[in-house]
Amino acid sequence: MITIPIHTIVTDIVLINEKSLRNLLTLTHHSELYMFKPYINGYIVTLLCCFALFAQSAQAQELVVYSARIEQLIKPMFDAFTKETGIKIKFTTDNEGALLAKLQAEGKNTPADVLITSDAGNLWAAAQADLLKPIKSAVLERNIPAHLRDPKNEWFGLSIRARTMVYNTKKVKPEELSSYENLADPKWKNRLCLRSSKKVYNQSLVAMLIAEHGEAKTEEIVKGWVANLATEPLSDDTKALEYVAAGKCDVTLVNTYYFGRLMKKDPNLPLAIFWPNQSKDGVHVNVSGAGVTRYGRNEQAAIKLLEFLSSEKAQNLFADVNMEYPVNPAIDADAFVESWGEFKQSRMNLSKAGELQATAVKLMDRAGYR
Amino acid sequence: MSVWRAIPFVTAGLVLAPIGVVLSSLLAPVGDIWQHLVETSLPLLLLNTFWLACGVIAGTAILGVSLAWVTAVYEFPGRRFFSWALLLPMAMPAYVTAFVALGLFDFTGPIQTTLRNTFDSDLTWFPEVRGRMGVIVVMSLAFYPYVYLLARNAFLTQGKRSLEVAQSLGFNRIQGFFRVALPMARPWIAGGLMLVLMETLADFGTVSVFNYNTFTTAIYKAWFSMFSLQAASQLASLLIIIVFIVIAIEQRLRMRMRYAESKISGRAQRMPLVGGQKIVAIGFIVSVLTVAFALPITQLVLWSIDAFANDFDSSRYWEFLSHSISLSSLAAALTCAVVIVMVYAVRRHPSIATRNAVRIATIGYALPGTVLAIGVYVPFIWLDGQLSAWLSQWSSIEWSQVIQGTLMMMLIAYLIRFMAVSHYAIDSAMHRITASIDEAAMSLGLNGWSIIHKIHIPILKSGLFTAATLVFVDVMKEMPITLMTRPFGWDTLAVRVYQMTSEGQWEQAAIPAITMVLAGLIPIFFFMRNTES
Repeated sequence: MITIPIHTIVTDIVLINEKSLRNLLTLTHHSELYMFKPYINGYIVTLLCCFALFAQSAQAQELVVYSARIEQLIKPMFDAFTKETGIKIKFTTDNEGALLAKLQAEGKNTPADVLITSDAGNLWAAAQADLLKPIKSAVLERNIPAHLRDPKNEWFGLSIRARTMVYNTKKVKPEELSSYENLADPKWKNRLCLRSSKKVYNQSLVAMLIAEHGEAKTEEIVKGWVANLATEPLSDDTKALEYVAAGKCDVTLVNTYYFGRLMKKDPNLPLAIFWPNQSKDGVHVNVSGAGVTRYGRNEQAAIKLLEFLSSEKAQNLFADVNMEYPVNPAIDADAFVESWGEFKQSRMNLSKAGELQATAVKLMDRAGYR
Repeated sequence: MSVWRAIPFVTAGLVLAPIGVVLSSLLAPVGDIWQHLVETSLPLLLLNTFWLACGVIAGTAILGVSLAWVTAVYEFPGRRFFSWALLLPMAMPAYVTAFVALGLFDFTGPIQTTLRNTFDSDLTWFPEVRGRMGVIVVMSLAFYPYVYLLARNAFLTQGKRSLEVAQSLGFNRIQGFFRVALPMARPWIAGGLMLVLMETLADFGTVSVFNYNTFTTAIYKAWFSMFSLQAASQLASLLIIIVFIVIAIEQRLRMRMRYAESKISGRAQRMPLVGGQKIVAIGFIVSVLTVAFALPITQLVLWSIDAFANDFDSSRYWEFLSHSISLSSLAAALTCAVVIVMVYAVRRHPSIATRNAVRIATIGYALPGTVLAIGVYVPFIWLDGQLSAWLSQWSSIEWSQVIQGTLMMMLIAYLIRFMAVSHYAIDSAMHRITASIDEAAMSLGLNGWSIIHKIHIPILKSGLFTAATLVFVDVMKEMPITLMTRPFGWDTLAVRVYQMTSEGQWEQAAIPAITMVLAGLIPIFFFMRNTES
């Protein structure tokens, strides 16, 4: 039915597929002229398409992903997914807050189908704000342990990121270290380096401490950390590691993959990992994970993407590319990552990190942790 | 009432609307988050902002005035070169200087590391770079050219006579400077300092790099970390109030600027510097230039080479670059179009009311980007909701965002912020077209469009070009508006720099940063050519 001139004009201008093109044409359907004067319609369609392009009405057929995980860490998986399923993926990366604010503002009109974050807290916040929808998938339930996904199945962890201690091997004996709580002890005065509290990893860690100890006790712990700082909080985990290696401080809290990256670059650094809280509840873990957006238009394809990412094929890719641990217990981590040793991880459901994130932010503000 | 007459008022309304929207948040009830901010962060924000403002004003005053004095009054080898070279730091966005300074001077940076290794000590004496002093020094180095430019202009136009009189009355040069030249230049210096103050209050990038909390970072955090647009707006209205106080002071000072204006009473001979003085003067200038420009540029180049050799994703880079260029061009075109229409409107209907409207329309430059982002975002979202509801009702398609996802929101915010920049250039060009020129043209048989075509456009051309270039470069460097209101996928060079520096990946930020610096050099070279000829 679509005559050639219209079609070429249209494809020249926009990447809109035929279905949405027909949608647009419904506007002119009742017009008798339609069959006979393709050129007039060609102009109308062109105009409409220009408008549609300008208005970015979400008619696109590809899957749209909002990702807080940076491009280098998702692009290879997306390419593999496109190769396997033929579904194209368009994505934008930004920090979690900006993405959530965007989703919230866009509401029903969001172009996004999937939200990927690098922590559970923000997924929880997204679910809480009704930006995600619960999905039923036996595959996801089988592949992902219960404490690493939402009890209501609105979001799923895809890789484990352990936030652990790294110390300077020249200045600290591992026996001196024990737990996160212990870093508040005055014996660590001027020996601790921490990343800024603006980063969600620290917010989640503090949230989990609140879940375990309650607010008052946690505030004391955080105040203890602040009192022990050797320098103002740093902008990123790598910087914190470099400070420890250079001897400005003795110990810091970082995600393991930062340690991995730095050691790959320079294996001679006097740094080593310590797994804290092993006799207690275990190391604080977080996930990078994903959820299907409430108002996305491609639910099935979105679920397919999540299932793909949790599958054996993608898990290694997803975790290894960033030296993280796979969530799927059937899969081993990268050999280099395995070499840091086994550890017991905290089994508390990660939704706690979300529930208590705002409390944690306020608590850190009160404790003077910048 | 003609359409022409309405234009300045419409533009003024466009500028006032976001201010009104933000200020109206003060009427809304205070929420939990606001309560929390007041209890924990607000005193610190005020204190941080206060010290930053004081520090940067002191820093830029000392640097700007002393450099202006040396280059305006004395003669020494390389004076001509140095006089314009001292403007070069203007090409560096402050946040670029900031992350380079951190990369260089931080504890793990090359300088401290080398010192530690050579002297095998802990360098406990080395000042903390990532503190208040660090931000102040970086901003002073980035912003001193404003003061330098205006103060130098004042010293040059004072003429020598007053100083000679002072000397004949027995003052030595230092007394002459403090008791004659400085008081006479005061309005210009103050004007420069006010510009610096506005830039300081508006700054988002530098303080983010330093993790130094001010109003702009708090606004961003309230919106994007605590998800409270409400609290963000309330913080923004406090910032607006502070800015208004600064504007009020500035207007006052500008009115006084008239009294010191004097005819150039014949440029007397510059005083030649001799021997040691020469070395001190040149040494001072060279060291400022090194720290503020040469060193950062060198470091950026080194990092760029590094990043280029490693995992440089050229397709992504071109994407950022093309986004930056297209946004900047669109904004420049839009801003110049609006301003020229406004300027013509005032020309055709000059009145106190239209002049005031123009004054309001060009106030946007004082509004921090974070504030504008909120002020534009809120009404646009509302409008979008209305529009898409209406369109969905009317057509068979379910309309999603109509305005969101387009560049419109961002472009309007740019327009508001940078109208003043282009107005200054275009308006001064317009003043050159006197009424008698028009009359002469008409007497020679030209009319309407042919006057514009044959007379106005050739005269206005260079002014328009300057305006467009300035807006282009400013938009390219702009960070908070772009960051907060950009549509899906519109990452620019500045956004990239923000993302990389917030992860401490200085090397990755180097190539986008150096691109912006190169763009920033363009207007400076034009300026240089104009002043040289």
